[in-house]
Amino acid sequence: MTSHRRTHGALAAGIALAAGAIALAAKQQNRRRHHDHPADDAPGFTARRDFGRYEVVGRSVTIARPRAELFAFWRNFGNLAQFMENLNEVSPTGAEGHSVWTIRAPGGQTVQVETRIAREVDGELIAWRSVEGSDIDTEGRVTFEDAPGQRGTRVGLIIAYVPPMGEAGRAAAKLLRREPEVQARHDLKRFKMLMETGEIATSARRKDATRAAKMENA
Amino acid sequence: MRALTWHGTKDVRVETVDDPEIVNPRDAIIKVSSTAICGSDLHLYDGVIPGMMAGDILGHEFMGEVVETGPASTLQIGQRVVVPFTISCGGCFHCRIEQYSACENSNPVEKQDASAMLYGHPMAGLFGYSHMTGGYSGGQAEYVRVPFSDVGPIVVPDHLEDEKVLFLSDILPTGWMAAENAEIQPDDTVAVWGCGPVGLFAVQSALAMGAARVIAIDHYPHRLELAHKLGAETINFRETHVREALMEMTGGIGVDAAIDAVGMEAHGFAIDNMLDVVKQKVGIGADRASVFKQALLAVRPGGRLSVPGVYGGMTDKFPLGALMEKGITVRAGQTHVQRYTDRLLAMIEEGVIDTTFLISHTLPLEEAPRGYRCFHDEQNTWTKVVLKPGMETRQ
Repeated sequence: MTSHRRTHGALAAGIALAAGAIALAAKQQNRRRHHDHPADDAPGFTARRDFGRYEVVGRSVTIARPRAELFAFWRNFGNLAQFMENLNEVSPTGAEGHSVWTIRAPGGQTVQVETRIAREVDGELIAWRSVEGSDIDTEGRVTFEDAPGQRGTRVGLIIAYVPPMGEAGRAAAKLLRREPEVQARHDLKRFKMLMETGEIATSARRKDATRAAKMENA
Repeated sequence: MRALTWHGTKDVRVETVDDPEIVNPRDAIIKVSSTAICGSDLHLYDGVIPGMMAGDILGHEFMGEVVETGPASTLQIGQRVVVPFTISCGGCFHCRIEQYSACENSNPVEKQDASAMLYGHPMAGLFGYSHMTGGYSGGQAEYVRVPFSDVGPIVVPDHLEDEKVLFLSDILPTGWMAAENAEIQPDDTVAVWGCGPVGLFAVQSALAMGAARVIAIDHYPHRLELAHKLGAETINFRETHVREALMEMTGGIGVDAAIDAVGMEAHGFAIDNMLDVVKQKVGIGADRASVFKQALLAVRPGGRLSVPGVYGGMTDKFPLGALMEKGITVRAGQTHVQRYTDRLLAMIEEGVIDTTFLISHTLPLEEAPRGYRCFHDEQNTWTKVVLKPGMETRQ
């Protein structure tokens, strides 16, 4: 609780650290005590405020599958490209917990980000952070909680990043629909589809007309 | 293959397009034997549903033979199946509680944003409809790719001809759910607005559920005659003041339940309806909700309003006060087809329900554009059009 509040103060002073942005965005139980904000219980990333240099994207989805199964699938990072549309691949570097993510970027480019696992709680949480000197300064976390009743598992994804080319990059990405907020929402829904149905829905009449096929050939 | 494609308002054509193929593991390909034009297809024909694209294949009432299956399909090649118009995955929260038309996984992710923005939640996938519901190619074609073929299609026995089972795909369960949503009690008087196929099946279902009286409202004499034959009393709204008649016919009480089987393209003389017509024409998306509004005023305090009629947007001058002050229960929604198909198929087999009375015209698929035109323009006599892909064209 205390550490969250301290980080919060640092953000307000404009010296945001990514770690702080994530912590703040993840806040759920800890009441928001920010200037004129009334305290409430909503996730931090839904706040009507910004996170300094960092863009913060957060999204939750409920998946009717057991928590352990979802955690195990996600923890094998090689699986992520099956539902993360802009991810070409994730490969381990050899160093413990380190991976290189190859991501499609606007204009047919790719960017590479090396991450290390910052924290892991089996069946509950995986947090990662870009290493010093990566193309993108980013961190993220995915959490898995039991959903009420028979609804399965609530999966929460939060990603904080410094837009690669500042405002211009963000605008360009938005135009090309590769904006992280849209992407995160879509990726989580694809994850849900894959886990609940074993496939990702498409209305294409033929294999070469699916969105995935078109992106492959783009 | 040949297929009926949409190109704009009142512009549908039969064209040659690519055959479908198995794309996902749970898919099946169906060779269509019979398919029908639905009243909701006329909303597309009139261009009042957003999210259509030129070349879209229409049709969401279809049946036929399984000709190809994906590795995870549970269907067998050669089986005869009727395919529900709602696409449902069977595995999500809503499918598990039998709210199939709220399936969370059947509308492709990138197509969900529009309806999520408009309605607060994305819609499920539907065959042959707007891209807001996935843009899936429909059944007015020789072949259809059917996703989640292990959940949707109902295998039908060979001794029941197409005409007896085809409407399990949509309008029969839609009429049934409309009556179920009206929570009919014995001794109830139920008013049904609209004697199109759904309204007529709602009449039939309401009586089967024990309604004491059903009063059917329309302006086409032939359609009113069909309702009368099913056992309903009738009101022709061109000749009679509907609300006054309903109050008088119920001894001043009002109807216990109302069913709006008309939806967004209501006819009517009310001023607000005229304004809605104008707004719809200029594309500012107002639904013509005159039936919904009239039904709210006609239903007794504490009564129920069930809405199978399709609405897509907003409406003005909504009698919100009547809804609240009279304590009306409103239930609406796309049909959870798969919830009802087994029961209704059994009732068809037992001869309790017969749907064949509805079919006024059977045409080759090649003549589908004429079918649309006549179903739209000659509603009195063209009550239901069935299209057959293989059928000989008259020359």
